[in-house]
Amino acid sequence: MSVHTLTVRQPARRGSAWRRLAHRDSVARRLDWLLLFAGLALSVLGIALIWSATRNRTGITGGDPNYFLIRQSINLAVGLTLAVGIIWLGHQRLRAAVFVFYALSLGVVLLVFTPLGTEINGQRAWLSIGGYTIQPGEFVKVAAILVMATVLADAVDAGDREFPGRRAVLQALGFVAVPLAVVLMDDMGTAMVISITVLGMLLASGASLKWTIGLVLAATVGAVLVWVLGVLDEYQINRFAAFANPALDPSGVGYNTNQARIAIGGGGMFGSGLGEGTQTTGQFVPEQHTDFIFTVAGEELGFVGAGGIILLIGVVLWRALRIARESTDLYSTVIAAGVVAWFAFQCFENIGMALGIMPVAGVPLPFLSYGGTSMFAVWIAIGLLQSIRMKRPLSA
Amino acid sequence: MTNIPETGRTSRITIRLVVIQILVFSLLLTLGGRLWYLQIRQGDEFAAEAAGNHVQQAVRPAVRGAILDARGVPMADNETRLVVTADRTELSRLPDDGEAVLVRVAELLGLEVEAVANQVRLCDAETPQPCWNGSPYQPIPITDEATTQQALQIRERAEEFPGISAEPTAVRRYSAPDGANTAQVLGYLSPVTDEEVADSEDTDNPLLRSDQIGRSGLERQYDSYLRGQAGVTRYEVDKFGRVLGESESETAQAGANLVTTIDSRVQAVVERELVQAMEMARTQHDDISGRNYEADSGSAIVLENGTGRVVAMASAPDYDPNVWVGGISNDDYTRLTAEDGGNPLLNRAIQGQGPPGSTFKVITSTAAVNAGYDFEGSYECGSSYDVGGQTFRNFESQAYGSISLGRAIEVSCNTVFYGIAHREWQREGGLEPVDDPDDWLFRTAHDFGLGTPTGVDLPNEAAGRIPDRQWKQEYWEANEENWCEIADSDRQDYVARIARENCTEGMKMRAGDMLNFSIGQGDVLVTPLQLASVYAALGNGGTLYQPQVGRAVIAADGTVVEEFEPRSSGELPASDQTIEDLRTATAGVITRGSADWKFGGWPQNDIVLHGKTGTAEASGDQQTTSWLATYTDDYTVVMTIAQAGTGSGASGDAVRRIWEAIYGVQGSSVNEDVALLAEPNRDLPEIDENGTIVPDRDEPREDGGEGDADQGTTPEEGQDPDQGNGYEPGFDPDAIITPDGVGNVSETATGDPAGGGVPGDTGERTGRREDQDD
Repeated sequence: MSVHTLTVRQPARRGSAWRRLAHRDSVARRLDWLLLFAGLALSVLGIALIWSATRNRTGITGGDPNYFLIRQSINLAVGLTLAVGIIWLGHQRLRAAVFVFYALSLGVVLLVFTPLGTEINGQRAWLSIGGYTIQPGEFVKVAAILVMATVLADAVDAGDREFPGRRAVLQALGFVAVPLAVVLMDDMGTAMVISITVLGMLLASGASLKWTIGLVLAATVGAVLVWVLGVLDEYQINRFAAFANPALDPSGVGYNTNQARIAIGGGGMFGSGLGEGTQTTGQFVPEQHTDFIFTVAGEELGFVGAGGIILLIGVVLWRALRIARESTDLYSTVIAAGVVAWFAFQCFENIGMALGIMPVAGVPLPFLSYGGTSMFAVWIAIGLLQSIRMKRPLSA
Repeated sequence: MTNIPETGRTSRITIRLVVIQILVFSLLLTLGGRLWYLQIRQGDEFAAEAAGNHVQQAVRPAVRGAILDARGVPMADNETRLVVTADRTELSRLPDDGEAVLVRVAELLGLEVEAVANQVRLCDAETPQPCWNGSPYQPIPITDEATTQQALQIRERAEEFPGISAEPTAVRRYSAPDGANTAQVLGYLSPVTDEEVADSEDTDNPLLRSDQIGRSGLERQYDSYLRGQAGVTRYEVDKFGRVLGESESETAQAGANLVTTIDSRVQAVVERELVQAMEMARTQHDDISGRNYEADSGSAIVLENGTGRVVAMASAPDYDPNVWVGGISNDDYTRLTAEDGGNPLLNRAIQGQGPPGSTFKVITSTAAVNAGYDFEGSYECGSSYDVGGQTFRNFESQAYGSISLGRAIEVSCNTVFYGIAHREWQREGGLEPVDDPDDWLFRTAHDFGLGTPTGVDLPNEAAGRIPDRQWKQEYWEANEENWCEIADSDRQDYVARIARENCTEGMKMRAGDMLNFSIGQGDVLVTPLQLASVYAALGNGGTLYQPQVGRAVIAADGTVVEEFEPRSSGELPASDQTIEDLRTATAGVITRGSADWKFGGWPQNDIVLHGKTGTAEASGDQQTTSWLATYTDDYTVVMTIAQAGTGSGASGDAVRRIWEAIYGVQGSSVNEDVALLAEPNRDLPEIDENGTIVPDRDEPREDGGEGDADQGTTPEEGQDPDQGNGYEPGFDPDAIITPDGVGNVSETATGDPAGGGVPGDTGERTGRREDQDD
């Protein structure tokens, strides 16, 4: 695999399009195709599953069975365009503009509390603009990754320090604390994902382990306090109660998780076939095209299909970790590690709740869940990874 | 893979990245493992749960088996009625939820729009009756009395009536053959309750929400045979109940038919005679109470002595069992259960209990003989008997001097039995009884099967009561507190005096108790069926049989599922000589005893008739209960009427006419040609090659013998409009109701194979239906 380590950049020579593509230094040669294909496969699979879950739901499709299929395809197209844009810009160039990006995302998050904000399922985590709803929490993830990577790696990449010091760590934490606090108020799922992402980046940055351990302890104490003080909303407590005891009130709180498990369990080895799942066609699982998309895969594609999705996610994470390890600067490493932590935890939480081993939290399944914001954020992350992989120099 | 690039990357970061990698892949492995566990390890359970989630059932009810009399004549069967139903699933697809359709249907059927709408709405906590409490996927009946025209309109203008169908459907019918109502024996059906559905879930033949089950009588006793197995079509539905597809369907299996021991002709005579006897009694003046007899209830039984089979069983007042069909109306139900309605639902032959009066004396006589008294001995029949300051009188204070036990039975002399009972009581120690007393009277009564249910195959049979020492003790223990409380009060009335005595002495067997018991008075209670089975045993020479109404269960295809053989429940505690003596004495009752004035001119030489009258005093201001138990070698007839006077006076004529009908007695001669049942029926009805039970409707029978099987179908039978509406075991709605709902009724009526119905065009069918309706 040593081919990946060749980094000498040569100006592209004129020639046929094919030769340009085939040139060892061409974008085509330097892209991580495996990462791209795994991401694309998951996205396309997601579109198929969304179609299956929504084609009968005339209540939300307005009668067009392909409504969500078309919308998600557009989302994917936009996501891919964003990825290409990030690759074209290059992650290093973003480093300069990172604080602008950060400020923007912070502003968007705060907009949730203006009349533009919309409450869905007890969570005020959406923005409604011109008929589109967006989840600013998704952008916060990207912004948090970029700003933390910048702050943590600054001194190290400048050669001043071997590892990020206390100052850098505190600064970084300070930057994420603001949006995190805002998100935490109403969108615990996203807040959890951001927290884990922060932990992952701290760990990967090489900063002293006491920071990581300290944060974990603080989070634990915080969680206990939140529970004891009763800060949680009723819907959040209900979700934990249903997780602790799935038999609890199967038509009420436990309904989601119970129906999700019935759908997945009913799939067996090969599933019922796309569009053939009775739980899915019968619309027994709520939020099935968004947060519970994995149940469609479980029922209709069976162990083979659902396991395949986990495997593809594994491929994405494997490539991302590889990119983290092989990157030349700490900034890149921390970004890649952040993306890994984000994807890994969010996938684990989402699939875990569908399988009944994690409490229900409103986080989408990367690549697969219906939703533009999530799709854009995920593909921006893929763009960042590809950009790191291509090791575009600062001056490009 | 593990080579560290030449980028100055420190090993610390690499190690941490490896740690992250391990963590990440453990998470993914966890997910994969859990996925495997849910889908592969536990997959079957979830698949079943998922199936339960989205499958709904529509039920095609099984045709309930018929209840036939001993000759195969249907007493309860099914008739085809045009039932108009609404399918909620289809109605709910219409933009207005089918409101307009229901309005049109109501208009067509001439019903109130609101009534129809109420009928098809689903029951829930807030919805008052009427409402549909069956499955919403089940077509909901709007009426079962649609005319052919109405049904045709619904079919022909199907586009105006989406979700509405009109199909010939099997509906229970109690056809009262020969006028035999048999209401309480047949019983009735009513819809199942939710609890019953839940309870039956794990059984072989679970109940469905739409099912009707037997609530009393034979319908209840043999419900599991009669019910059959419903056909179920399972639909896949979504969360909102919309049908996605049909997943499987099972055809209905018709219930088996029950052949009973009842002879509907005899039953009809018995019912008629019982009612007439009661009506007659009401015209008679009762000198004791100073008003006419009330004769408010009664029952009559005909038993076959050699088998215990019930040939007829009537209970009055009765009711028309058809009121239950299609759901009983509120008015009908109130009438049947009203406090002053005489409780017509009660089968008094097995549920009515009362003191048997003098009919009990055959038992006292047997006990006396067993205790060492000579049947032919000489016993003083004075006009009264004094014990402890109390005077026990003979009926109308008659005296006969010294007579034998046989004569005492004939003239029903109480004082003879008082004397014996008193002597026995003294012998056992009186108020201070010896240890382990013989108790011949009580023991013999028990051995005659009294005090315990006969075991007849009808639900809720009463046990009767023998007030022996143990009962007295238990009764005292149960009432002691109450009695003593009254005794301690300042009251000085009759009740208080009795209570005071009972409080301290209530557990003791007093002489008076014994005397009362010896003539079937006081605390002793029997059911008419218990008494009939005692006399039937005398008639057959001493064997007690468990009375039975069910004769055989015959499956829809004609195979005999089960035949119920006679079951003996023991021998009478009497020697052959005693039985012979009792038979002679009871024959004397008819020829020269208490019933001779009603049986003058009876051809006793041809048909030896035995009997015993009883006039039982009832509690309070009630008039006396009349009992008349009679038997020949083959049959026993027992009739009892409450508040009707003496046994012979109230029932003598009626019982005689029952006997005349059975044996074809005309005046003083016997004409077997008009006998309904000169000899007990030995064979099951004929079953033809299609499995159809051929009713032996010829009457009167040319001979009472075995050769009835070849009588078969008589020419009149095919034209009998009462027949053939589906009592054939082969009746199957799937066969009769062809896809477009053709009811091929005529074909079925003549006993053709049920599946052989050829659908004609609608007009032709209509013609047939109308013939049928006429």
